[in-house]
Formats: sequence, structure tokens, C-alpha cells
Amino acid sequence: MEISVNSLMVLVLLLNFLALGFSQIGTVIRISAFQGVLLAAMPLWLGGDLGGRMLLLCLVTAVIKGALIPGMLFRAMRDVKIRREVEPLLGFIPSLLLGALGLGVGLVFAKSLPMFQGQEKTLILPGSISTILTGFIMLTTRHKAITQVVGFLILENGIYVFGLLLLGTMPELVELGVLLDLFVCIFVLGIILNHIQRAFSSLDSNNLTTLREKP
Amino acid sequence: MFLEALTQAFFFLLLSPILLGVINKTKAFVGGRQGPPLLQTYYDLAKLFRKGMVFSRTTTWVFRAGPVVGWLSVFAASWMVPLGRHPAPLAFEGDMIFMTYLLALGRFFTVSAALDTGSSFEGMGGSREVSFSSFSEPALFFGFMALSRLSGTYSLTGMLSPDAYGVGRGGTVPLILLAVAWFIVLLAENSRIPFDDPNTHLELTMIHEVMVLDHSGPALGLILHGSAMKLLLLGALVLDIVFPWSLSGSWMNWLFFVLELGFLAVTIGWVESIMARLKMKHVPNLLVSASLLSAFSLILLLR
Repeated sequence: MEISVNSLMVLVLLLNFLALGFSQIGTVIRISAFQGVLLAAMPLWLGGDLGGRMLLLCLVTAVIKGALIPGMLFRAMRDVKIRREVEPLLGFIPSLLLGALGLGVGLVFAKSLPMFQGQEKTLILPGSISTILTGFIMLTTRHKAITQVVGFLILENGIYVFGLLLLGTMPELVELGVLLDLFVCIFVLGIILNHIQRAFSSLDSNNLTTLREKP
Repeated sequence: MFLEALTQAFFFLLLSPILLGVINKTKAFVGGRQGPPLLQTYYDLAKLFRKGMVFSRTTTWVFRAGPVVGWLSVFAASWMVPLGRHPAPLAFEGDMIFMTYLLALGRFFTVSAALDTGSSFEGMGGSREVSFSSFSEPALFFGFMALSRLSGTYSLTGMLSPDAYGVGRGGTVPLILLAVAWFIVLLAENSRIPFDDPNTHLELTMIHEVMVLDHSGPALGLILHGSAMKLLLLGALVLDIVFPWSLSGSWMNWLFFVLELGFLAVTIGWVESIMARLKMKHVPNLLVSASLLSAFSLILLLR
């Protein structure tokens, strides 16, 4: 069980790097969607007694993260007609290196946190921390609002991974609430995307830093 | 011992050019063409070694030393690489560093010879070669660190023998990452397709071929044969990780290794058929990713 979970976590971490390294926004959206589906299937790999409600929750998570949210993002992408992130605040190689640093930080930091029995060896906690950091890096260093939304999604994936540690002790209602929050968030962000696009005729969030009206 | 050395020399001196033939055959097959004969590289070598050499009057001894030192350094490095399940003829603590820097010495002389011609194109190729190899070296060394962590030895023969690391020792995932990283390094170091197209002779886009434009005759033959040996050398490193099983019987192992080599050549040919060359500015991205994969596998093992 430990090996299979760790292999899956390594895949999730590799997807983090891929998301940091690609400039095509469509690819990055697909990567985050795949990561979400992979994580939704994670409770099945962790084993233990899963009730019907848990299975349903996994299914709902997979549908929302794998189909609904990417669908909305792709529609937003089509509406605003942008394809790739050009010249982020931090180049692709530095952000990749920063991601690697985040992984190192996660591994070091995870050692000093108290863990349940039998979870010391899994990669779940370091993976969660480094996924959250990857989300932060994407949120802070990308200019296009869509990529920032994807960064937010990856951040949420990291939090979901953290929730896997508490599987069985955390009520499903909390998970469902988080999912609802996420869905609403993406919905609102989609509307904001449209407004930025209409106001500035581009999706560069740098435009939001100037306060005065454009002449 | 003597027999082993003889087999090692046989593989590197005589068998390595056929790898290029298999790669080209695979590419031709995927492209629906007949392709050059399997032994085309041998014909090329035979042709080149019969020809005379032309040296420009502006070049010095550095230009003549380039191909010779380049070939010799790869040949010397080859003695430290275990082929398949067989220990290398030469093994000592830290030989992976010696091997890597022998390859770097050869590269230094090839680049120096390119600069010695005074051609601006060759200088450009030399600059690319040096900058890209400085990106691929960390990937190689993180891999060596990971392997020595797994096996507890500091020699290539020790760290690449199948009982030093196994599926049972929890190294599966790191080794997969490492194999991918080293395969990228192999493609970059041998100037295969995502990095450089071995078929074009267009100076503006090339890395390796542009450095050797002014060499002719036997010198060019040495360069061609040296690059074939380098492909076998790095290929053997990758294959030792990808197939960590030992069969019973020495001859079975050699046979298996030949099959592995065929597999490697077909894989490279297949990758070349389905991919286009990367933009020059994207090459460092891929190489840095290879280093990251390699470092990731080391981190997983250090945990």
C-alpha cells in the first residue's frame, strides 16, 4: 500500500513540475485537472473501510475537478482568446527551481510535524506542502488571470492531499463544503476574468495595479 | 579478465556504429521509407578512412588534436562502464567522476578545435555545446549520487550491478525518474532529435555537426566513430538502470544486453520519428527538467 501511494504521490509531484514548466495555458489546465482526478481516486488507494458516502464523494470530486472546472476554464479561454502565458514575472526555469526548493522544504518540514501511526513513511505530507507551495508560486508569478486560477486549483489540490491524512476522522460534510467553495470560487473568478477582459481588452492582471482610469 | 576486456573493446570498437544504423532504419520504417542499409555507418567509416585530410592554413595543432583526443577520451571512458550485467574492466572508487570528466575533456578539445578554425559558425556551435552540456552535467551527477546512495559504493560497476539496487529495496520510483532523466541526457549529449537533428547540415540550427564542419577524411571518421561509442556508453548507463535483472550464464547476459541495445536504438529512432526539434531557447528548459527529475530521485532516496 505504501509503495503504491508513494508512486501516486510522485506522479502528483511530477505534475506540479509540469504545471510550472509549461507555457500553454490549455496544457496547464489539463495537468491540474488530471492531478485533481488522480487525487480524487487517492482514498481508494489508501484502503481502509470506505462507506458508500466516501465513494460518492470521490466520484463527485473527480467530476468537479476533472470535468466541470476545466470545462469552465476552457470556455473562459475560448472567450478571451489567449493561448499561452508569455513572459511570466519569474521565468519558467527559475519557477521550476523554486518548485524543487518547495519540495525540499516540504520534505524537511514534514519531519517535524506529528503524524499518525503508519503515515511517517508516506509522501502525503511533504507532497501536500510542496503542492500548496507550487500553487502559491503559480498564483504569484504568472500574469494571466487564467493561469492564476489554475494556480489556485493546484493550491486547493494540495489542501485536499492534506485532508487525505485525516481520512476517516474528518466528516465528509467538510470535504463537500470545500468542494462547494472551490466551485463557487472558480465561478466567481470566471466572472472576474470576463470583467478584466472587457475593461482592459487583455487578461494581464498587471493592469489592476494602476488605480486611475485609462485615458 | 582478459576476455572481458576483449569483449568490452569488441562492443565499443566494432558494434557501436550499428546502433546508428538501427536508429536510422527505425526512422525510415516509421516514415515508410526503405532507408539506408543497416551497416551504412561502417561504409561511411571505411570511406572516410580511405580519404585524405585537408587542413586549413589558419589552423594550428589544436585543430588536429581535436578529433584524436575526442576519440581517445571516449574510448578511455568506455573502460569504466559496465555493459549489461558484466563488471567493467576498470573499476575503482570514484570512477564515475573520472569517466564524466574524460568525456568533458574530449568535449573541451572538440570545442577548441572548432574555435581554432576561426569560423563564426563553429564558434556558435561550440558555445551551444558547452552551455548545454553544463545543463546536462547536474542531471548525470545527481543520478550518480542517488545510485551511490542506493548501493553504498562509489564505483560505476558497483552502483550499476543488479544486486546493488533492486525492486525490493524501495528504489523503484526513484530509478524510473532517474532512467527518464538520463535518457534525456543521452539524447542531449549525443545530439539526437529534440535537441539537435543529426541529419541536417544547416549551421544556424545545429550543435554538434556545426563544430566538425571543417574536419575531413580520417579525422571526421574518428569523430563519427567517437559519437557512436558515446551513444553506446551513455546508452549502457541507462540500460543498466532500466533492466536491473541478471540472467544465469555469462553468454545469456551478453545476448540479453545486445537485445537491450536494440531496444534502446529502436526507442531513440521512435522518439526521433514522433518529435520535432525543440526551439533552441527551449532546450535548457528540458535539460533543467532532467536535472530536477534526477535531483527528485535523490531526494526520495535521502528521505
